Amino acid sequence: MPRPGFVLDVDRSTPPILFHHGEGFRLEKLPAGRSRVVYPAEPHEGLRDPDAAIRHALAHPLGDSEPLEALLFPGMRLTIAFDDVSLPLPQMRRPDVRQRIIEAVLDVAAAKGVDDVHLIAALALHRRMTEAELRHAVGDRVFDAFAPLGRLYNHDAEDPENLVELGATGDGEVVEINRRAAESDLVVYVNINLVSMDGGHKSTATGLASYRSIRHHHNVRTMQHSKSFMDRHASALHSSNWRMGDVIRDAGVKIFQIESTLNNDTFGTTGPMAVLAKREWEWTLRDRATYLGMKAGLDRMPPGAARRIFQSWRAPYAVTSVHAGQVDAVHEATLAQVFSEQLVTVEGQTDILTMGLPYVGPYNVNSVMNPILVMCLSLGYFFNMYRNKPLVREGGVLICTHPTPWDFNPIHHPSYIDFFEQVLSETTDPLEIEQRFEKDFAEDEWYRHLYRTSYAYHGVHPFYMWYWGAHALQHLGRVIIVGGDPRAVRRLGFRPASTLDDAFELAADVVGPQPTITHFHNPPLIMADVQ
Amino acid sequence: MKALRFSRDVPRYAAARISAGVRPGSGAVTGPLALVDVDPPVAPDDDWVTLRPRLAGICGSDLATIDGHSSRYFEPIVSFPFTPGHEVVGDLDDDTRAVLIPVLDCMVRGIDPVCASCAAGRTNQCERIAFGHLAPGLQTGYCTDTGGGWSTRLVAHHSQLVEVPDDLSDEAAVMVEPTACAVHAARMIASFDPTRLAVIGSGTLGLGLLAALGHLGVAPGGVIATAKYPAQHQLARDLGAARVVAPDELTRAVRATSGSFVLGGTQLTGGFEVVVDCVGSAASIEQALAVVAPGGTVVLVGMPGHVGVDLTSLWQRETALRGCYAYTRDDFAVAIDVVAAKRLDRLVSASYPLRRFHEAIAHAANAGRRGAVKIAFDLREEKERTR
Repeated sequence: MPRPGFVLDVDRSTPPILFHHGEGFRLEKLPAGRSRVVYPAEPHEGLRDPDAAIRHALAHPLGDSEPLEALLFPGMRLTIAFDDVSLPLPQMRRPDVRQRIIEAVLDVAAAKGVDDVHLIAALALHRRMTEAELRHAVGDRVFDAFAPLGRLYNHDAEDPENLVELGATGDGEVVEINRRAAESDLVVYVNINLVSMDGGHKSTATGLASYRSIRHHHNVRTMQHSKSFMDRHASALHSSNWRMGDVIRDAGVKIFQIESTLNNDTFGTTGPMAVLAKREWEWTLRDRATYLGMKAGLDRMPPGAARRIFQSWRAPYAVTSVHAGQVDAVHEATLAQVFSEQLVTVEGQTDILTMGLPYVGPYNVNSVMNPILVMCLSLGYFFNMYRNKPLVREGGVLICTHPTPWDFNPIHHPSYIDFFEQVLSETTDPLEIEQRFEKDFAEDEWYRHLYRTSYAYHGVHPFYMWYWGAHALQHLGRVIIVGGDPRAVRRLGFRPASTLDDAFELAADVVGPQPTITHFHNPPLIMADVQ
Repeated sequence: MKALRFSRDVPRYAAARISAGVRPGSGAVTGPLALVDVDPPVAPDDDWVTLRPRLAGICGSDLATIDGHSSRYFEPIVSFPFTPGHEVVGDLDDDTRAVLIPVLDCMVRGIDPVCASCAAGRTNQCERIAFGHLAPGLQTGYCTDTGGGWSTRLVAHHSQLVEVPDDLSDEAAVMVEPTACAVHAARMIASFDPTRLAVIGSGTLGLGLLAALGHLGVAPGGVIATAKYPAQHQLARDLGAARVVAPDELTRAVRATSGSFVLGGTQLTGGFEVVVDCVGSAASIEQALAVVAPGGTVVLVGMPGHVGVDLTSLWQRETALRGCYAYTRDDFAVAIDVVAAKRLDRLVSASYPLRRFHEAIAHAANAGRRGAVKIAFDLREEKERTR
């Protein structure tokens, strides 16, 4: 039976606590008597036979959906859309759960004589997946059967020929999605719900949509009213997607949703990474030696080499649930599963929230985590891993550890470079950024070209990264990054500090002396249920 | 009188070139520049007067000479030994303050009839700069007969003088000559009527050009300027650049503004119609060629010297490469207005007496990284000046 997540009150006997620090780590001693550490639950048991569970889910759908088999018929157009390379993080060991599900769906389709099948990576405005990434996600067998025929491909949110407007929501939000999906007799959407933000109507309404459509919810106002965007029922982002989901349904697009959850086994129980999932006071002598050896090696290694090592890590995630059928019913069941694995009850808010930022986020798979992505991971994703209210009080301080290099992948993130150089040198205010700069970036033909033909994120994507942190920017009194490139940190509008103690001193200006401190020991993933 | 003299001394010139390669400005120590006692220059005729410098600036072309980097092109159009210094504000015998127009054109040289360029008013393009009753020299400061600003006395033809308004400080007045270069460039650029412009370099020339462009209302769509150092960055913004970027950011900035695509990582498919290079290095010229639009013009305001540049794009994209040298008398009148309106006296960062010329040259050669722009010699307290 896995132990649940919990909150540790730090006392004098508490050992130094692990902080992720990009492609490295730090051990930090937290002040006794006023600090606490939120630990994730241990990984839940995986399904004994995931393939059987998948088949069961397809045959026993939730909500008012018929079983998959009953929805298929010869001569129909079937589109299978699936989550892109941003999930899961890190990438999971083969076989990827998407492969398992897609193969199962294809088996049923083949048995029903369906041969007009397209597979689409629902990447919205993310970069296109490479062949290797697609092979990893769907498996070689599926890739070799569909890709050469042009039936396995990346969604293109800028291809006017292959987009169709389905209507608008009552709030005037235009719904425009992939034409092939919209004109199919059935869309099967294959999700990986690593966190509670994923899935539901967001899958199709965002993953297969165009910029024209996505901009209605990927904006500052929406993100400032999503408290948090990890809590679907308190998230304006999700409300918008759900409204769009209604338009998609009313337009006659039939969706069979398949959502899967993975456990928290990010680092495994054996091997050098296993120590990262252990609680520090339970480290054995061997764990300490492993940690010290790993840290010494990483500290001496060129950043690029360390990055390659980390990016090659494949997590031994196990599948913990598969639900299929009608979107809402499936998603509620999925959320319950995600919360049961990740939710940790925390009593009250804190003055200072600390986080160790790891090497990877959703948008730097096989790439460097540039400063904008550091902002997005910390103030966007990790800050929002809460339900009820933020872990840190309003006006409090967020302290993160990360090297925050002034470094960008020019293939994946060309518009990020310009955003960093042009936009952030002018202002860090999300609203001003949105008003003054978004349109030019979003409509830039060069970015559009790179998004469509290379492996670049859409021109507007760095704006969304900034908007993702808009709620946190409004809420926090100061953000401090420990161990980052000072120039890059300042460009983000944050304060650099060389040590955690220095950061605490800088924070004292904002929260006063003797503040309460909470460390968010993440990853493996946690979601705080703040009482 | 005291003067800094630059003599023809090939071994020392070579030594300057070597040492300056390691430490810019060190040519003042190792090269053929020396502080000497010399006889004052003699006025050729009654049209000439004596000018006693008050402030004399150190220009990039002076530094190139001192550090042994100047082109051999200059050999026939300078005469040795010479006293450098062509950015000069000084006193006439009646104590009128005047700024020097250093170009040694036909009229100054006593050539009559004047050459076609001078006749057309383009005295900066004079075709007789090595002839007439003066020794060769394209400007005062490179001619053995006239003396130069880095001394207590020089001689100047009356046509070379522009009276300084009373309300203009010496620091402002010494900026008039480099600003006249900028005005000349701004007027040339205005003739292309560009909407937008890129200016490479925010040294004295680049900053002066930004000031002049703003004063003349050139490039209403905005100017993107490159600046290497924080102080330059701030000044470029203050002087009217719509956007100031680090040198390695220029290509991306022009690309985004012009809606270009990119070829091979650095060459834009489009770009700006006009790009102005105020640096004059191989790297800056290559960058200018990479970001200028097809059929556009690269204006070289900074003195380039001997550079190796791939001109294939110039050929394929029908780019014009246009030199822009010095000024005419008209430019000085506008320059005085620009200096006053834009408060360019603030660009004079430090001044030195002649005896500290090693420090002065070193400071000027490292001005950007030391947060400075213009370094000048201050001759107002030199004893010989009042003898």
